[in-house]
Amino acid sequence: MTREVYHKALKNLQDEVLKMGEMVATSIRKSVESLQKRDQKIAKEIIANDIFINRKRFEIEEKCMSLIATQQPMAIDLRTLASILSIITDLERMGDHAEGIAKINLLMGDEPLVKPLVDIPRMADIGLSMLDKCLKAFIDRDTETAKLICNEDDKVDALHDQIYRELLLLMIENPKIIPGATYLTWVSHNLERIADRVTNIAERIVFMVTGKMEELNVSKY
Amino acid sequence: MNEEIKVPAPIVNIRDLTFYYGKTKALKGINLDISKQMITSFIGPSGCGKSTLIRCFNRLNDLIEGAKIEGIINIDGQNIYAPTIDITELRRRVGMVFQKPNPFPKTIYENVVYGPRVQGISKKNILDEICERALKKAALWDEVKDRLRVNALDLSGGQQQRICIARAIAMEPEIILLDEPCSALDPIATAKIEDMLVELKKEYTVIIVTHNMQQAARISEYTGFFMLGELVEYNTTAEIFTNPYEKQTEDYITGRFG
Repeated sequence: MTREVYHKALKNLQDEVLKMGEMVATSIRKSVESLQKRDQKIAKEIIANDIFINRKRFEIEEKCMSLIATQQPMAIDLRTLASILSIITDLERMGDHAEGIAKINLLMGDEPLVKPLVDIPRMADIGLSMLDKCLKAFIDRDTETAKLICNEDDKVDALHDQIYRELLLLMIENPKIIPGATYLTWVSHNLERIADRVTNIAERIVFMVTGKMEELNVSKY
Repeated sequence: MNEEIKVPAPIVNIRDLTFYYGKTKALKGINLDISKQMITSFIGPSGCGKSTLIRCFNRLNDLIEGAKIEGIINIDGQNIYAPTIDITELRRRVGMVFQKPNPFPKTIYENVVYGPRVQGISKKNILDEICERALKKAALWDEVKDRLRVNALDLSGGQQQRICIARAIAMEPEIILLDEPCSALDPIATAKIEDMLVELKKEYTVIIVTHNMQQAARISEYTGFFMLGELVEYNTTAEIFTNPYEKQTEDYITGRFG
């Protein structure tokens, strides 16, 4: 190892991405929890904390730029930095989706849920598990896991379709619940987007390791 | 190594080239094609054989005692190590610029027209023309046109290096070899030479040895990475610096070497 300072900085940067990933995961988990418990305090906390995720993203971005400018990274190092710049954008947007769910919770006010939450927490669990595996794959440079993660996105998409159909039926049966049911479709949409963003990250991991950009999750539509 | 790449319009073909300094093998079975009118860079740690290789292209190594060469180097389909080859003519066709600027202690003008004069051109108007054309191609004309009679050694390092390039160009070579041409120059002089080389490739084939990987990345179309006398990897510059095939290449260019 000849360029120790540089490689240490690169390693620290990857740890920072992990930290940001954990911040985003916490935000997603709490957003669904706040909805289940109809807890406005947690929801407000998530909204207030989103700024820390955004700041972390800019902090990492700045460090990437600085390494590019000062160290002229090449090959895998260059691809790692390019991937990090893309990954943190996805993570930041995932944070926004979590914030979106928290805001929907506040918009619903004291209105009870139009139906018990079953599939929405399930979507969140799959999305969170995908994110967790993805972050591990990022650190381990594990393309196999990264590719498998994309298959799980199909489950999330299927749940989203199911929730949408179910809520549509409820709305047809009882138009009074249209506002409450619409809110839930928004929540489901946010979770579906979160899982999609994880597949973007997985694609970047494959690119980081192999240098080839592959579309791993081709939409069935 | 990755499967041998096919470069467009190869002008130099190297086959099974092995080179010895006495008993030391400095190059081991090199196979490589170099594209016409492009810039090809050779990179690698000190002692990897990259300079030895380009010195084979105009037979400068012939002057070293105990040097022995095996294999073939064809330029324009002609084996340059064939007994019938005229070495002086070869060195006209294949010009060389060295690490340290080495102008003659003569005027700028005399430096540039030195080669043509030796070749027997003596008419002033022809020499003037050669001098102006070479200095223009070396991007030096505007800086020195009013003081062609000044001693070349009074110029800055970067200008002296461009004089040397102009001196090589004045011979109308096909190939210009540059052995670390910018290592003694500041970034501005380096940038001028790099821009000039990119212009020069429109007419000449440029082969450059450099320790500065960013320089290779900036200007060349193809890059060869050498280590311990072997060509480890040869590919388009973009591929070498973003996604090298060999781990050794990756370790070297990312600084995980040594």
